[in-house]
Amino acid sequence: MSAAPVLDTAVDAQSPISVANRMAMLDLLAEHDALVAAAAAGGGPAAAERLRSRGRLPVRERVSLLLDRDTPWLELSPIAGNQTDFAIGAGVVLGIGVISGTECVVVANDPTVLGGALTAVSIRKVERALQVARENRLPYVQLVESAGGDLRRMGAGEGAAAELRRSLDHFAESGRIFHDITELSARGIPTISVVFGSSTAGGAYQPGMSDYNIFVRGQAKVFLGGPPLVKMATGEDSDDESLGGAEMHASVSGLADYLADDEHEAIRMARDVVDHLHWRKSGPGPTELANPPVHDPEDLLGLFQLDLRAPVEVREVIARVVDGSRFEEFKPGYGTTIVCGWASVHGFPVGVLANNGVLFSDAAQKGAQFIQLCNQVDTPLLFLQNITGFMVGRDYERGGIIKHGSQMINALSNSTVPHVTVILGASYGAGNYGMSGRAFDTRFVFLWPTAKIAIMGPKQLAGVMSLVRRGQAERRGIKVDEEAEAAQNEAVEEFAEAMSLAVYATGRGADDGIIDPRDTRHVVGMALSACHNAPVKGAEGFGVFRL
Amino acid sequence: MTPIRRLLIANRGEIARRITRSARSAGAVVIAVYAPSDAEAPHVKEADLSIALMGSTAADTYLDIGQILAAARETGADAVHPGYGFLSERAEFASAVLAAGLIWVGPPPKAIAAMGDKLSAKRLMSTAGVPVLPTLEIGTSDEFYALPPDMRMPVIVKASAGGGGKGMRVVTASEELPEAIMGAQREARAYFGDPTVFVEPYIADARHVEIQILADDHGNVVHCFERDCSIQRRHQKVIEEAPSPTLDDKQRRAMGAAAIAAAVVTDYRGAGTVEFVVDPSGEFWFLEVNTRLQVEHPVTEAVTGIDLVREQLQIAAGLPISFAQDDLAIEGHAIEARLYAEDPEAGFLPATGTLLEWTPPTDPNVRWDSGVETGSVVGVEWDPMLAKVIAHAPTRTEAALRLALALSRLRVRGVVTNREFLVSALGHPQFLSGQATTDFVRSTSVALARVPSHKEIVTAVGVAALVGQSMRVSAMPVLASLPGRWHTGALPASSTTFAVGGQIITVYYERQRDDSFALTITGGLVDDPLSEPVSSTARLHTYGSGSVHLEIDGKRTVAHVACQDSKWWVQTEQGDLVLEELPRFPEPEVPDIVGGLRAPLSGITVQVAVDLGTVVQPGELLMVIEAMKMEHRVLAPYLGTVTELLAVTGDHVAGGDLLVVLEAEV
Repeated sequence: MSAAPVLDTAVDAQSPISVANRMAMLDLLAEHDALVAAAAAGGGPAAAERLRSRGRLPVRERVSLLLDRDTPWLELSPIAGNQTDFAIGAGVVLGIGVISGTECVVVANDPTVLGGALTAVSIRKVERALQVARENRLPYVQLVESAGGDLRRMGAGEGAAAELRRSLDHFAESGRIFHDITELSARGIPTISVVFGSSTAGGAYQPGMSDYNIFVRGQAKVFLGGPPLVKMATGEDSDDESLGGAEMHASVSGLADYLADDEHEAIRMARDVVDHLHWRKSGPGPTELANPPVHDPEDLLGLFQLDLRAPVEVREVIARVVDGSRFEEFKPGYGTTIVCGWASVHGFPVGVLANNGVLFSDAAQKGAQFIQLCNQVDTPLLFLQNITGFMVGRDYERGGIIKHGSQMINALSNSTVPHVTVILGASYGAGNYGMSGRAFDTRFVFLWPTAKIAIMGPKQLAGVMSLVRRGQAERRGIKVDEEAEAAQNEAVEEFAEAMSLAVYATGRGADDGIIDPRDTRHVVGMALSACHNAPVKGAEGFGVFRL
Repeated sequence: MTPIRRLLIANRGEIARRITRSARSAGAVVIAVYAPSDAEAPHVKEADLSIALMGSTAADTYLDIGQILAAARETGADAVHPGYGFLSERAEFASAVLAAGLIWVGPPPKAIAAMGDKLSAKRLMSTAGVPVLPTLEIGTSDEFYALPPDMRMPVIVKASAGGGGKGMRVVTASEELPEAIMGAQREARAYFGDPTVFVEPYIADARHVEIQILADDHGNVVHCFERDCSIQRRHQKVIEEAPSPTLDDKQRRAMGAAAIAAAVVTDYRGAGTVEFVVDPSGEFWFLEVNTRLQVEHPVTEAVTGIDLVREQLQIAAGLPISFAQDDLAIEGHAIEARLYAEDPEAGFLPATGTLLEWTPPTDPNVRWDSGVETGSVVGVEWDPMLAKVIAHAPTRTEAALRLALALSRLRVRGVVTNREFLVSALGHPQFLSGQATTDFVRSTSVALARVPSHKEIVTAVGVAALVGQSMRVSAMPVLASLPGRWHTGALPASSTTFAVGGQIITVYYERQRDDSFALTITGGLVDDPLSEPVSSTARLHTYGSGSVHLEIDGKRTVAHVACQDSKWWVQTEQGDLVLEELPRFPEPEVPDIVGGLRAPLSGITVQVAVDLGTVVQPGELLMVIEAMKMEHRVLAPYLGTVTELLAVTGDHVAGGDLLVVLEAEV
């Protein structure tokens, strides 16, 4: 067990500001819970009841039965699709869970949402599922019941032409999921499909590319062309069962490996398949004592003000996330706006990088050094973001802030140990990059409800735009209409603020979901455990550091 | 005087262990014998030496005098204690032991023989002035029976060589007597090889009171007061006590004197028991002498403070009894219950199984004499008694309650027992008032089994569900330090379904942030209060070795939990409940077509022998399927009419395909 010092705390959970922050945080969490519930409701209770009346199970019951009893479940992007034209949750359940003692990626269609048809958001979730399986070497299990591609045109009422001009999607770029499924297989990561219903046309390749196929008798329907298409193409009369029923595939075509008499049996068979994989995690650990923090995670609710104005001592967060609140700090007196040090989460050793203010040159250099040290000894990295960006200003530019920031971004971009990032508050501009944002091959990114992710703060953005407008007016010799300018300024700020919010980001699938701050330790622990299914190996070389 | 240094115990089970305790205290090496099925029995493990007996039945093992004497020779035993049952009352065994030059811990063979025949015993007792009931002796060929003038109906027919209720018949009308006598004779011949029977008056509402006696080689004869055995089932005692709740001191003295007279007239040695029948007026008559240590001897030990086995060993060694009659007094009250592996609801039929757990409580002043331990197999070959439990207390009521509580707190799993019956009998008003008679089970509404309350069921399933979850959580091979079913996003509540006494009950549980659980319990029968879901907040506190506290809405229930495979035992102060956990993945129900006959394998239909509407006899040919150059004939399994034909000659059929629907003729 690590003998690292135990962090102290100065939090007064009963102080008026803590209490007020906590109330505001609980409101945000309630809002998020409602969105999760809306996603989980899928096509609504009537649709679920219709399913049940036919002896079939709602998607989350399928998932729950698939998982080992009482084991944890990390659902990813549960409210993807929020604040879009697509269904919230996108009719897909995605997560990491334990099946027959093995951590697996599970992705499941909700047949009550558009019959499980794949929309742009659901494809994003499936692609993300495949990426998680690939990067972390997790067996991949899909519970398939999908009407196929969503053939509807979006943007009704606005004119299809405008929609088409705006959309950059094209069919020619689709189908990547089929590539990715078989790529998993080639990399030695088993893929298992359980087909509960339709999986037709392109969807037929979901089981087609899988290593193991389990079909439910009388329910699974897998064919390239359904009876209408066959009639059109060849004039042949046919029916669903003879074209692509479970019994046919299990006894004639050989597409099904296991024929289940009902959904329970199919799920049990999938569990048996995972069991016989005898999956061995390639990474080490957990190796450290996984005792809970000595400070109460409840306090995490009261740390952040919603407007992110007040500075937050990030060690108070670390003290409520890491095992036993033990933290061995690196360079505590240098580059003090970044806190670096060693700890463990649920027994997995991590190097922690956490913001305690804006990034200056010294802080960036400290971060770059720390990332290299962790890579040297194969220690995963945990980033706790609350960063308004790198410092700007003449002195800082002259002092080489770009150069020093680049050193940090170089180190983390070429770092090969797993990165897990939690965005606690601000995540603006290059600060998001330097602290391992989504685009930097970060294995998992989670948001606190208070997270705000944008190119810059909304007020700064509105102010910059205003200054630009004033400049233009001045050059053209036009007098600024102050009232109109103020209104526009306010509108821009409001818009930028809305676009920076966690619920907006997660609706786009730009992260792995919003989490309850009190769950941070468990979320990070599960993410790290998932990462340790793959070898954990530090980088042997970095890009040329601009010194 | 010849001290006993090496004692062979020719018995098994609890009595062998009980004798071992006193023998070891007396400094004797203990030698056990055992039948093959007892190889792992506690009485063998506790002995210093043990000898295997060849054979499987009782007759081939514990009743085989030759083998037992050979074992004594081989181990250098200097004494043999027969315990009770088996060879304990066989005069020829006692003689053989003595003939082999060993000490026999028991009465002289002559006394055993004299008391083994009830008729001769009665005759002998009347000569000594011991009160006996009038007797009608029946020869083997008598055809007409006239009751003597001092005998009126009802009467009882008994086998002279009998015991244990066998060959015994109560007769209420004279015309039934001849048949009863013939029946008793048949039974007596079958069980004891001796058809001699006799008739004596039947004492209604009788109590059996027995006096413990001890006699030594120095002319000392003492009695150790009485034992009362009023609760029986299937003519066997299950609850016994000392002193008798109905005897006064005068009667006690009179019966004690009669018992001593009986001992003197038979020239008795060692421990014995003189049984009397007592009518409601208090008048008593001699019944028989049991020439051995009784099963129920511990109640006497409890109230007198003496060790009867020690006295037996002392007397056998030629020493005097270690106390005089005047030294004895009755201290408090003791009750013994016999815990059997049997099912009271099934007419007290013996039950078998493996004891998955046997943990008697460690309550003070409760003595457990048992022959089993955790893991013991209770089979059909030996007596199904698991233990005798004896409570000693200042008063009878305290003793009864203490005994009932100890029985309730026993953890016994894997075998059906009469525990609940004993507990309800001990708490029954008629027993507590001291008025219980031999027909207690028949004449009262004493519960044979416990009917659990809904509240108890709710608690038990809640305990089992949460203990199950905590067992699974602690066995997680990955993510072991995370709380059970912690999750992000949304998942349905976890659930476990149990079958409890014909009810199907599901417990839904969700861990809360404070590690409590939101519980919802649903199920039960239609008109059952459990059909309304019960929701509560529960918290489980575990204390190791199966002991848990379940706190439901602030109320704590102490429970002891065990599980094996799908079976759960949850024991609370209200008793033990057995739950069956239903599988998470039930076998699929494949709806079969009534009367449908399916292809036995894949092949080609080469012949269809019937048409729609054909009526076929059982075994008649319906179709022939050819596969791999072999013909397979599909035959009618019963008389019926062909209502559907799904294949014609030349069709390819797959194994399991429906071929013919045959509607059964009624």
